[in-house]
Amino acid sequence: MNRSFTTVSQSSTSALATNKVLRNTYMLLSLTLLFSGLTAGLSMFLNMPPMTYMISVIGGMVLAMFVLPRFAHSSAGIGIVFLITGLLGFGLGPMLTMYASLPNGGNIITLSLGGTGVIFLGLSAYALATRKDFSFMGGFLVVGFLLVLIAAIANIFLQIPAMSLAISSVVILIMSGFILYDTSRIIHGGEDNYVLATIGLYMTIFNIFISLLQILGIMGKDE
Amino acid sequence: MDWMQIVSALALGLFVVFLFPTAINMMKNSPKGSAADWQSVIVPMVIIILFIMFLIQLV
Repeated sequence: MNRSFTTVSQSSTSALATNKVLRNTYMLLSLTLLFSGLTAGLSMFLNMPPMTYMISVIGGMVLAMFVLPRFAHSSAGIGIVFLITGLLGFGLGPMLTMYASLPNGGNIITLSLGGTGVIFLGLSAYALATRKDFSFMGGFLVVGFLLVLIAAIANIFLQIPAMSLAISSVVILIMSGFILYDTSRIIHGGEDNYVLATIGLYMTIFNIFISLLQILGIMGKDE
Repeated sequence: MDWMQIVSALALGLFVVFLFPTAINMMKNSPKGSAADWQSVIVPMVIIILFIMFLIQLV
């Protein structure tokens, strides 16, 4: 009897902790997305040059890979998350300015933004509703992402639009897989740090948005 | 060749090098999924592909 009480108590404590991580992750994610939108707007207003995107992405990746893990368990981690997401948002400015100058640029940006929101919310709802463990996808997703990166390096020099389209499409599918994988990790207690969970989900949203912009931009030019 | 292309390629190359040990580790230690597990992933992925095709029609 006592043992079953202890088991029920332990499992409800674990569920509460998981819910807290999930709630904090979505709260921080919402705030960082808003902050990114603000810095992207600022970057557009300042008419930043195209190289801003490259510098911001490299800076954001360095901070996310080498600085954030050291501070993720302290309050400074939240500040670093805002620094990374603000920097990435600022880098988006020149790209958004370029797309906005296209004849149907406003439409492309709105559809990319809406499409990213639908994909993220749909997949998160799916992972939360089914409560399925998607940890089996981990190896497949990371190897797939590595292969896409190698293809992207090749296409920097080859500049083939069809390859660019294929890379963007595969990135969306891999990032969608990461949404399922990351959300499932939070639900099943595999990720108990909401700062790291937030940056993981933010990166998937960022990549889906950029890839959708590229796909819709290329397809929009064909019309 | 544009210096931005070279810097971008170098940055992505370094990212691949840093990600490689993680990929090997995850490949070795990830649990294996059953056919039913993979089916639960393939269905939402097909829906996403159809959704992107729908978005392309709207541009």
